[in-house]
Amino acid sequence: MKTVLPAPDISRAIVRIAHEILERYDGAESITLLGIPTRGAHLATRIAAAINKIEGGQVAVGTLDTTMHRDDLRTRSPKALLPTLIPAAGVEGRHVVLVDDVLFSGRTIRAALDALGEIGRPTSVSLAVLVDRGHRELPIKADFVGKNIPTSRSEVIKVNLVEVDGVDEVTIAEGGVK
Amino acid sequence: MKHLLSINDLSRDEAILILDTAAELARISDGPMKKLPTLRGRTIVNLFAEDSTRTRISFEAAAKRLSADVINFSAKGSSLSKGESLKDTAQTLQAMGADAVVIRHPASGAPFRLADNQWMSGAVINAGDGTHEHPSQALLDAYTIRKHLGKGAKDLSGLRVAIVGDILHSRVARSNVLLLAKLGAHVTLVAPPTLLPFGVDSWPVTISYDLDSVLPQVDVIMMLRIQQERMHEIFFPNAREYSRYFGLNRDRVKALNSNAIIMHPGPMNRGLEITADAADSARSVIVEQVSNGVSVRMAILYLLLGGAPIEGGIN
Repeated sequence: MKTVLPAPDISRAIVRIAHEILERYDGAESITLLGIPTRGAHLATRIAAAINKIEGGQVAVGTLDTTMHRDDLRTRSPKALLPTLIPAAGVEGRHVVLVDDVLFSGRTIRAALDALGEIGRPTSVSLAVLVDRGHRELPIKADFVGKNIPTSRSEVIKVNLVEVDGVDEVTIAEGGVK
Repeated sequence: MKHLLSINDLSRDEAILILDTAAELARISDGPMKKLPTLRGRTIVNLFAEDSTRTRISFEAAAKRLSADVINFSAKGSSLSKGESLKDTAQTLQAMGADAVVIRHPASGAPFRLADNQWMSGAVINAGDGTHEHPSQALLDAYTIRKHLGKGAKDLSGLRVAIVGDILHSRVARSNVLLLAKLGAHVTLVAPPTLLPFGVDSWPVTISYDLDSVLPQVDVIMMLRIQQERMHEIFFPNAREYSRYFGLNRDRVKALNSNAIIMHPGPMNRGLEITADAADSARSVIVEQVSNGVSVRMAILYLLLGGAPIEGGIN
């Protein structure tokens, strides 16, 4: 197992993503950050905190669970649902930024787009991820990337965050089983 | 978990998973997402060989909100009323490709025969069998209690629940006793001795014959329907005497704890086991039980049918 992104790099990536998001949307008023639980939700909270620090406002932040919209439900045992918390302003007419920890096949994001479509019609949807590891199976790309890490399919990327795992780091390990 | 036949099929953790899933689904359906695509292409048959309003509609609504195809099938107007056996009915449903059967049947144990006898490969959900069990009702009752009195806890430890009335004929009481005990609540059964089942002393409950002494000590009072249709003997002298000793009326509501809630699985005999002002009082969560029922049944259907098929059925 090898650490590819230590804690300071994660913090820097989050601040950079916050700046990039602000630059693209010209300020924080029209932005809604939606993190995909579990780790994407914590990353969204951190990006929101970084944006608030830069802009001095309160950017809308929430969570979006994709479990019920996944296309691989039938291939595994049913998972417990995670919270979906949409900010009071909703998603209509907002620039929604989906936030996840790792972008891999793209299937989670497809499910998130479906779930989002049930809720309303945002003005635009973009995607921020901490790690893009490649191997897309769908025509999906990230707009804001913490770090591109080329991997082989058998390797296992693990994002650890203080909120869940007690430590901030991204590791890569030889898997084989996945 | 392939079937839901009895509360005994569930571990404490599985029961809590169902309640947590239901809570999440309730929040989603109260909010923006009314319909979820999760069970698209799955067929759920509601096989109701006994009358039902709430349970059937509730399972139907739950299945439809998860995008499943629902086939309703009741005894009246089907070949069951021509004397078709349960086995032939089951094989017909199997041939039509039912992924799950929700069964309500007057014979205790009918869902077990359906599930155990390799008659069909789908999941079987017991929606009430005779005087035996009604697990989805117990789960929605536990969900309702936890929502009101749980104070954020996962289970119901320390809560005191009185179940009052016709315990003998009540599948709701049986399932509730099992589930509430599993979740750590303390249950007191209150009924005339004639309406307590044989062997009740081995249940994990306290028994009382005096409703008035129990009232101030409980957090939840669950009234049961007097099941006239199952009473082929005389169990109490007359309805007025039963109401006087075991009915919930305005004065008894006043004797309850300030935070206590009143429950009833429905349908109610207003004026017999519960008066109209008790049923409609601010303490009553009877209507809420019905709406919680949809979320809990969505959780059950999702957890039984949402994932990969479980081995063990016929091929």
